[in-house]
Amino acid sequence: MSTSRERAATDAGGGSTFLEVQATDEFQGLKKTLRRFIFPVTIGFLAWYVLYILLSAYARDFMGTKLLGNINVAYLLGLLQFVSTFVIAFVYSRYAEKHLDPTADTIRHRLEETTP
Amino acid sequence: MTGLLAQAQTVSGGQRTLTIALFLSFVAATLFITIRASRNNATAADYYAGGRSFTGPQNGVAIGGDYMSAASFLGIAGIIALSGYDGFLYSIGFLVAWLIALLLVAELLRNSGKYTMADVLAFRMRQRPVRVAAGISTITVSIFYLLAQMVGAGALVSLLLGVNSDAAKNITIVAVGALMIFYVTVGGMKGTTWVQIIKAVLLMTGTTLVTILIMIKFGGSVSALLGDAAANSGQGQAFLEPGLRFGTDAQGIAGKLDLLSLGIALVLGTAGLPHILVRFYTVPDAKAARKSVLWAIGIIGSFYLMTIALGFGAAALVGPDAIKAQSPSGNTAALQLAEAIGADFFGEIGGTVMLAIIAAVAFATILAVVAGLTLASSVSFAHDIYASVIKKGNVKEGEEVKVARIAAFAIGAAAIVLSIFAQKLNVAFLVALAFAVAASGNLPAILYSLFWKRFNTTGAVSAIYGGLISALVLVIFSPVVSGKITPGVDGAPDTTTSLFPVGTDFSWFPLDNPGLVSIPFGFFCGWLGTVLSKEYNAEKYAEMEVRSLTGAGSEKAVIH
Repeated sequence: MSTSRERAATDAGGGSTFLEVQATDEFQGLKKTLRRFIFPVTIGFLAWYVLYILLSAYARDFMGTKLLGNINVAYLLGLLQFVSTFVIAFVYSRYAEKHLDPTADTIRHRLEETTP
Repeated sequence: MTGLLAQAQTVSGGQRTLTIALFLSFVAATLFITIRASRNNATAADYYAGGRSFTGPQNGVAIGGDYMSAASFLGIAGIIALSGYDGFLYSIGFLVAWLIALLLVAELLRNSGKYTMADVLAFRMRQRPVRVAAGISTITVSIFYLLAQMVGAGALVSLLLGVNSDAAKNITIVAVGALMIFYVTVGGMKGTTWVQIIKAVLLMTGTTLVTILIMIKFGGSVSALLGDAAANSGQGQAFLEPGLRFGTDAQGIAGKLDLLSLGIALVLGTAGLPHILVRFYTVPDAKAARKSVLWAIGIIGSFYLMTIALGFGAAALVGPDAIKAQSPSGNTAALQLAEAIGADFFGEIGGTVMLAIIAAVAFATILAVVAGLTLASSVSFAHDIYASVIKKGNVKEGEEVKVARIAAFAIGAAAIVLSIFAQKLNVAFLVALAFAVAASGNLPAILYSLFWKRFNTTGAVSAIYGGLISALVLVIFSPVVSGKITPGVDGAPDTTTSLFPVGTDFSWFPLDNPGLVSIPFGFFCGWLGTVLSKEYNAEKYAEMEVRSLTGAGSEKAVIH
């Protein structure tokens, strides 16, 4: 199976080409643009989720505060977890289409053109 | 007891026939599709990855079908019905987890891997040690998950068909296992994917139908539903607040930490589940992988929102006494709710029909999930352990696929036998264990390997074994296995919810879920192993980074 992987590597220009591409500003920019979004957002949604769990464990009176009929703070925050998940997913897909895909496509086409 | 039996018998008449008829039509449809799909199963890319030719939306629906197991469908509805708000925490954890898959894993994995999780982990490492570790971890996680589903199937059938004998449970387990082996060995990834797509559509339709009826019943008011559920639960307002199940005052500090531990394991486990990861290989490129996760998040999110209606609806309309009489853990709550709400709207026949529909959906759910698990673990055996380790890479593709089929047969047979002996195990425990192992061993290895330049073979192997072993050891010495004693009231004997009977207690780890300790430990082992080794391959790292970010040289879809 390693043979087909090696073939894929040479198809795309071999190891030295990858090193050259990796060193370009274009690629480093792509990497930075990706990490600038995914790392902070991941830390953000994990912190928000852990906060929600901690409130469920330690701030039960607050979570039990009624807001609207029988709906209390716990349900509102739970619902907001759903909302934030949907929003982050949507925003990321727009971000990726606008800021990541064009550069990634350019680099890929250039790499794959150099081989038959 | 006689009352229960009588109830089971009245339930079983027309409904049993209808359930079986609906389920058999599902089986017939999926078998037909599987056989059709098998026509184009010539190469490894076809058999392992469905020719990489599913669209993003198709794969997104299939991911939903792979992920929404009977444990989440029946289990969460049951936990909410009996413990109220606390059950909802599962729903949230299972959904938020998908952001890790979307942001950090799906696209990069699709671009740099081929067939298995180990392809990515071993990309810039020494192949054999990493593949062995990843293969062992894949098979371990999948077997725990498989057992959970098959034990659940056995328990389900005895309730649905009104036969509560070990023989009936065993026959069910064998039948489910045989079907699963057929789907996987004949249909490969293509057949399995279609089974999962059909199941997801059925599950969403059934759940939406019940949810709509409940919302009509309560005049569209969630508040009214919650109010009736609380009133009928016998717990009052506490039913709508945190603390009935997790971190109760009686459990003290360990209970609250356990809640945190479970929450973290749920969120970090999903992106380390091998049967989920391999689904990203079934689409043509990284953009389609991203689109699959977006679809999956939409479907899975809607489903878990509806678990609120199912769980609280069951508490309000069926009531905890009737649920506990059928199943102490609440696994039948969704089914009892379907019958109650059907009868409420359309009379007795309506109840029978609704119960039969939801029961058939539950069977379909189990079948689709076990097929996905068997496929992922057998492919990992053939591709990672047989081809790379036993044959050292000198194996023809056709032979490797043949080994995968044999492995699917062997793993399926092993799962059948283990399930027959594992019927006393708690289903939720097995699922939580699978998530904990995936989060502790697989996820650190995947994230380090995609994002940490310095990561190497020793690091990958340490992360996987460190996470896997620490999770397993902590569970063995946890209250889940021994020593969780409920003192008997008024001179009645003490009871236990642990695996071992009262009187055997070798537990010293206070939490049910090991994640809080084993996940950081897995990350720590990965770091320590890495810094202790000097290995670093700049060329391979450049290749992996460029490939994973741009898709250059990634595996292409098969054109027939």
